[in-house]
Amino acid sequence: MPNLEHPAYPAATLLHLESLVPCRESQVSMLLSIFGERQQFTFPSIFIYGHTSSGKTYVIQTLLNTLRLPHVFVNCVEYFTSRLLLEEILIQLQNCSSETKHASHVPCDTFNDFVRLFKQAVTCQDLQDQTLYIVLDRAEQLREMEANILPAFLRLQELTDRNVTVVLLSEIVWELFRPSTGCFEPFTLYFPDYSIGHLQKILSHNHPPEYSADFYAAYINILLGVFYMVCRDLKELQHLAVLNFSKYCEPVVRGEANERDTRKLWKNIEPHLKKAMQTVYLREISSSQWERLQRDGGELGQFKGLSAHAHVELPYYSKFLLIAAYLASYNPVRTDKRFFLKHHGKIKKTNFMKKHEKTSNHLLGPKPFPLDRLLAILYSIVDNRVAPTANIFSQITSLVTLQLLSMVGHNDQLDGPRYKCTVSLDFIRAVAR
Amino acid sequence: GCFVFKPSPKRRRVSPKTADYFREGNNDSEDSGLRFATCQSLWKQIKSETEQIQEELNKQLFDNLVSFLRRSHSEFQEKTTEWTCRMKSREIPTAALVLGVNVTDHDLTFKSLSEVLQNNITPYVALLQAKDCPGIKNLMQKLMGQLMNCYIDVDSSDEEDYIQVSQNRIRCSMASLISWYENITKKTDSETPSKKRTSSRHLRSPPVVVVFKDMESFTTKVLQDFIVISSQHIRELPLVLIFGIATSPMIIHSLLPHSVSSLLCIELFQSLSCKEHLSTIIDKLLLTTQFPFKLSEKVLQVLINIFLYHDFSVQNFIKGFQLCIVEHFYSQPLSVLCCQLVEAKKRVNSLSHSQCENVRRLPSFRRYVENQVSEKQIALLTADNFLKEVIQKLLEDLHVYHENYVPVLRCLHVFTSSLPKYPLGKQIRELHCACLENRVWETEEYESSLQLARMLNKSDLVTVLEKCVEIFVSSSGKEFDKAVEKLKEFLAEFQKLEAGACQERDESVSSQKELQKKTDLYHLQKTLLELKESRRSKKLTKFEMLRFEVVDFIDNLVRNYLTPSDHKTLHEIMYFNTASALREHLNAAPRIALHTALNNPYCYLKNQALKSDGGSISNKAPDICIAYKLHLECGRLINLVDWLEAFSTVVMAVEGPNADAAASDQVDDIIHARFIRAVSELELLGFVKPSKQKTDHVARLTWGGC
Repeated sequence: MPNLEHPAYPAATLLHLESLVPCRESQVSMLLSIFGERQQFTFPSIFIYGHTSSGKTYVIQTLLNTLRLPHVFVNCVEYFTSRLLLEEILIQLQNCSSETKHASHVPCDTFNDFVRLFKQAVTCQDLQDQTLYIVLDRAEQLREMEANILPAFLRLQELTDRNVTVVLLSEIVWELFRPSTGCFEPFTLYFPDYSIGHLQKILSHNHPPEYSADFYAAYINILLGVFYMVCRDLKELQHLAVLNFSKYCEPVVRGEANERDTRKLWKNIEPHLKKAMQTVYLREISSSQWERLQRDGGELGQFKGLSAHAHVELPYYSKFLLIAAYLASYNPVRTDKRFFLKHHGKIKKTNFMKKHEKTSNHLLGPKPFPLDRLLAILYSIVDNRVAPTANIFSQITSLVTLQLLSMVGHNDQLDGPRYKCTVSLDFIRAVAR
Repeated sequence: GCFVFKPSPKRRRVSPKTADYFREGNNDSEDSGLRFATCQSLWKQIKSETEQIQEELNKQLFDNLVSFLRRSHSEFQEKTTEWTCRMKSREIPTAALVLGVNVTDHDLTFKSLSEVLQNNITPYVALLQAKDCPGIKNLMQKLMGQLMNCYIDVDSSDEEDYIQVSQNRIRCSMASLISWYENITKKTDSETPSKKRTSSRHLRSPPVVVVFKDMESFTTKVLQDFIVISSQHIRELPLVLIFGIATSPMIIHSLLPHSVSSLLCIELFQSLSCKEHLSTIIDKLLLTTQFPFKLSEKVLQVLINIFLYHDFSVQNFIKGFQLCIVEHFYSQPLSVLCCQLVEAKKRVNSLSHSQCENVRRLPSFRRYVENQVSEKQIALLTADNFLKEVIQKLLEDLHVYHENYVPVLRCLHVFTSSLPKYPLGKQIRELHCACLENRVWETEEYESSLQLARMLNKSDLVTVLEKCVEIFVSSSGKEFDKAVEKLKEFLAEFQKLEAGACQERDESVSSQKELQKKTDLYHLQKTLLELKESRRSKKLTKFEMLRFEVVDFIDNLVRNYLTPSDHKTLHEIMYFNTASALREHLNAAPRIALHTALNNPYCYLKNQALKSDGGSISNKAPDICIAYKLHLECGRLINLVDWLEAFSTVVMAVEGPNADAAASDQVDDIIHARFIRAVSELELLGFVKPSKQKTDHVARLTWGGC
């Protein structure tokens, strides 16, 4: 295990840091060596990427906080426009060293303003002699802002002529960021996924105070055995671990087993975890419902999952409209005459099906159809006469707003609108019954 | 949602001018003011009644939601530092509110929901609609606008605060929302005791409730971003989301990926189905003597059909009912008598002569007169005073009829709804329609349901009878004392039978035993034959006799009390029965109207010159009609030159055969211009559009020609 070593920081701090970031020692030591000492210039921009919950945000945050490096931390999803983002950076900068909160609001519309204000802020906050870190979490959002934002952030050091480093955190690779006009290439660092051993270690790290670490580690082992196949998200696993732990402890609390009785405990918890995988993990029932269920020992049947309520009650004509739309979406136009006309001409069976039509239409997905065809099919599938009243037409629109149909092409196109049916065969079967 | 509701101009009756509409265009301006007043007071009653019904129906749902909200941020209140709370990822409590596809009704539900929440849980409720939130920015703007204003509403004393807020408004980020929340909760904590009254109803740090009214219409990105942002701040800002869902809760999973939906703690709440809601409304509005105004069978059928076939909207049903009321009071001069019996009797005395003539003209009254002796006939037709007396009596009869009708209808419904396959309908509204339509006891369905009722087993029969007794006892009708007595007698006899039943069973068992004894084949056959014989001719058991009696008794009740309303004299006063007007207003057919206008202009223009048409195209019709008729004969693509030629031929026909020789080779400029105008008008109406497939051609957008 590589111990963190760096001449600039006291060993005790580094040891503490190491205990906080299990399984990420190599990345941290890499970052430390890049950062150098406080006053030293480092890379203008660093790009860190890795899969969901591989500890990017956590590691950077812990690193900067423990070493007390001056930094600004911004989530790009939260500050969704460039203006909000830049202003937020400036505000945080103002509060950076001086603890007193005096958030004087400065409007900052362009990057040019930002550079000017940034220089001012750095000077008055007395940060010239040490590296300032600007961390942009969920940096993929930057691509959706103005085109100059991302390249400008990448060379902020050069533009401001100050000791600043921009750290970008993202879940996607750098290649997807690179603008077509070219830009300054950041230093990229990859955070690999945690292995099962890592997960085991991290999850057992925080054991409840009432129970021993070994007992909790055994529990985590069982949990991972069930969930590792479907979920490697650390946060989610942590959540599930906490949710189900009380059930695991049950035999111990009741005195039926002691903490070492792993087999008995496993027998108790395993079916329970499997049930959890089908319900609470998929958010079929909520975690609070799950907890109540555990506490009261009720049956699972009392909470029906979200997908149990799939049936939708529709007015009479809406049902037929939906069925007609489904037929129009999945049947080729040529067969309409055959299916919906009483006295259709005979169709030669031999070359009736073209080659590409032999693949199931359900695999190809719904095809768009014009309004007239929908109505024609509707008239032929409804037994009695249907008057084309305003109510019928408005029902089509409401089916669109309910997302059962979708409009193809422009919304404002009045002549010959085209639709697609977006519901599944099962849904239509339920409706048609 | 787009279940269109078309406001009728007559419905605006708030301004004083609207009262004049009642007089206007109606030659018979009898009592129009009084009619208007009656109409309004009746509608006011009905409106408050419907609102009350809605409130009661929603109570259960709202109670559940309120307790959910109270529970949702209990951790936030207590600020626990327990291990589990520390380790568990904080999810956003979310209520998935499944409301059904009747989108038009949702507004009212949300309105009362936000009222309930503001009264019980938190002043901070924001309602968001998809059309206001195309992007996350707009959503945040709307959200903050609503939240910060609602604070102002609660505590409008400090004006400076409001100004500060409006200046800060530009920075619509979560951070400013959080600082706003911190400020506001701090302030309420340190408030003077006088203000505690308002905050005591709420929790100490009340949650912020965000309602997404139409979940389906929100774009995925906006929802995702919002959820991700707010989940990061859930520890500082106790947010609760409510998703209004019209279809099924599956939509949550199809809109949100697992990484986002795992941030939510979703609980499901289901509102009452709209069909049950309608049943309650019909029960409380129509099957009661509380309101004098009634709907005839056809009108009710139209309203129910619109509900079941088109929109499932209870609000639209009530609006339709309102339209019926207005239409009735507007078109029927005698509707002045459509009020409570006591009041109506008074009004009869002050009827004018022409109103009396109106009464004499009523078909039901004429039928009544014809059945009287000749002296009385003359008196009825000449003496107003005598007529008024009779009217009073007849109104009383009508009132008694209504009082008796409802309980008997309910009894019959209790009977028929316990039968297999429901020959007379499962819902009481179907039975009601059947009874209004014609004599129900003459229908086949009634016959078959009586047959089935004669086969009911005892326990069912007893429960049905008990229910009937309950209905009669709680009804206001005076004539049911005897019926109740009779029913109770039946019940007592059934009880007696129970004791007797044991004996009978013994007998049958003994005969069975005898059968077992005889092992000889010949004897066995003989006894079997005997048994069969005895069974065929067997007298009905006591139970069966009694059952027949019960069914006959019910049959009698039905024949006595469930006569259709239009057999009653003066029913026109209480019953609205112009279903066609209602259909025209509520179920408009724009295509058909347009076709009629263009195909048969006489229908709207009432010009005698246009009347003669029998399929041929008249040249006196407006140009657009001629062009329309000509284009009906074409296929999908129409050649403009041919069309113009045909058009000019039709138009020139007036000049006679001698003129067409000159006109044949060259079309007049004026006619050309008229043609172009007609075609562009058709294009505007959406019948044709320019085609790119062929030059000089236009494409038809309607079918039917080819």
